[in-house]
Amino acid sequence: MSQTVFAPWSDPGAKPLIEFRNVTKRFGDFTAIDGLSLGIYEKEFFALLGPSGCGKTTMMRMLAGFETPTEGSILLSGQDLGRVPPNRRAVNMMFQSYALFPHLSVWENIAFGLKREKQDKDAIDARVTEMLRLTRLEKFKSRKPHQISGGQRQRVALARSLAKAPKLLLLDEPLGALDRKLREETQFELMDIQEKTGTTFVIVTHDQEEAMTVASRVAVMDEGRLVQVATPPEIYEQPATTYVADFIGDVSLIAGRAKPAGERVEIAWAEGQPPIVATSETSLSTDQSVHFAIRPEKVHISKERDETRPNLLQGKVEDIAYLGNISTYHVRLSDGTLLKAQSTNHRRLANRGITWEDEVYLSFTETAGVVLTE
Amino acid sequence: MRRFSWFNATSLTLGFAFLYLPMIILVIYSFNASRLVTVWGGFSTRWYGELLQDEAFLDAAWVTLRVAVFSSTIATVLGTLAAIVMVRMGRFRGRTLFSGMIYAPLVMPEVITGLSLLLLFIGIGLDRGIFTVVLAHTTFSMCYVSVVVSSRLATFDTALEEAALDLGCTQAQAFRLVTLPIIAPAVISGWLLAFTLSLDDLVIASFTTGPSATTLPIKIFSSIRLGVSPQINALSTILIALVTVGVIAASLATKRRADAAERDARAAIRT
Repeated sequence: MSQTVFAPWSDPGAKPLIEFRNVTKRFGDFTAIDGLSLGIYEKEFFALLGPSGCGKTTMMRMLAGFETPTEGSILLSGQDLGRVPPNRRAVNMMFQSYALFPHLSVWENIAFGLKREKQDKDAIDARVTEMLRLTRLEKFKSRKPHQISGGQRQRVALARSLAKAPKLLLLDEPLGALDRKLREETQFELMDIQEKTGTTFVIVTHDQEEAMTVASRVAVMDEGRLVQVATPPEIYEQPATTYVADFIGDVSLIAGRAKPAGERVEIAWAEGQPPIVATSETSLSTDQSVHFAIRPEKVHISKERDETRPNLLQGKVEDIAYLGNISTYHVRLSDGTLLKAQSTNHRRLANRGITWEDEVYLSFTETAGVVLTE
Repeated sequence: MRRFSWFNATSLTLGFAFLYLPMIILVIYSFNASRLVTVWGGFSTRWYGELLQDEAFLDAAWVTLRVAVFSSTIATVLGTLAAIVMVRMGRFRGRTLFSGMIYAPLVMPEVITGLSLLLLFIGIGLDRGIFTVVLAHTTFSMCYVSVVVSSRLATFDTALEEAALDLGCTQAQAFRLVTLPIIAPAVISGWLLAFTLSLDDLVIASFTTGPSATTLPIKIFSSIRLGVSPQINALSTILIALVTVGVIAASLATKRRADAAERDARAAIRT
């Protein structure tokens, strides 16, 4: 049996679990969300990514019911959430500060939502035990929140918000308070739990690596608008705008003028230099002003001039960022443009030839970069 | 370790002498066998015995206690509500004016508060007695409670309340199950503050009370005018003892809780 790819967003018959329809949210004069439409599908792990103040938290708070849209509507399973108060939504939230109740034990924290539903004692007991097992917290069930570590608190918050088996779980910067190592571990744990429970997750984060790791789709936001909604590989390889390209990962941008030639496009970027040859999916007009975006790891760097390589550019090494496994070279081209090239350090440092002020040759294939018009 | 210095030792002695000498003299003279307050006549506990026989003093103590319990309880409820409104309502027109008006009685001279309450009670034809004293004490101690509780609420993470709503609580349940237990220490200290303020108030009580309800401070003050009796010394000593025990108990309880929290935190780091 071949494994089917999980991609309900490309199936025109699929109904989204959550639908934003022309949602606008204003706080006084400030427009936090600007006429935004979006569909999120069942079992998705959806990431809202953007810098602080881009409106991602407002979107989450509207889903939770703490804010109501000024215009437009939000639908959950086809029903307008409108002014449904937070306590009547099949939506639960994991807060950035975790917001654990300090006067209650871990067990009581997890049971809190279930007790509000007036379930009988045995059912609550069984569900809390299940949640404790899922988050590996059995040993800590009678501790108070201040008696456990940050990572454990994060898991209690997750268990508490999952206990009521919500249709949708919102996670507000869930890993922000953890140190790097723990954060990476927890990312995989989150994905695992999301898969096990089959709950739809919407995560808000400003950390692009986190979004790329956990999410099935990422929405990049800027000033209350969606700039691009796509899978992590698409976002990385096919950014829609220079904003996305710049926000996700490392990128070099070269400004120039387009000259379409069949499937290819030639980009004139500097006087007296051969044009960059690239491919473009969008049709461009002659002399249109474009940006050529290329990721550092797709640029080959060498001290020898190899005429067989495409898009050969000459420059001088200005800076080297040594990261252990890889090195990033900042190369200044003849016209002053900075291009970054990355290479893996598969040999010991002393054996590699490139150093500061060296004349080097950069090259990349025609499909390595993207031509951006915005 | 700081070195001993004569200057520090002297200032410390003088400072504490200034604070406690009057009280020590009072305590010593309460055990005076002589009827003359300023002449030492040997050790005796007879004034304590006589005090317990004195119906008027016992009545006054009972009145004072009832007034303090009722007024501080009402003041705590009202003061907490006022604090919640001030901290939570956000910005609205006249917010500064309203919060200023809540805190104004803090700096209002007691004589003015007492007089205006007296005029009000006469104006609406309310018979003065224990009820009017409770009302008056509620009025002035409410703002103290409000100050204590709002300073706690200001640092209260509203995400906790949102989490409670998110997990299915109504607004009222969220307050009862989450907010109130967390701010309880501040509410209790507000109550204690209101209670002690009511216990030792003389000015406002004397304006607003009637012949039926004489509080202990009024009783003490009026008997002083007929000359200081050793009985008053005994009564004051008992009050000092009560307050001391209360303060020590409260601070011990606080310290124990802080120690426990610290121990727990350390335990959490170890695992």
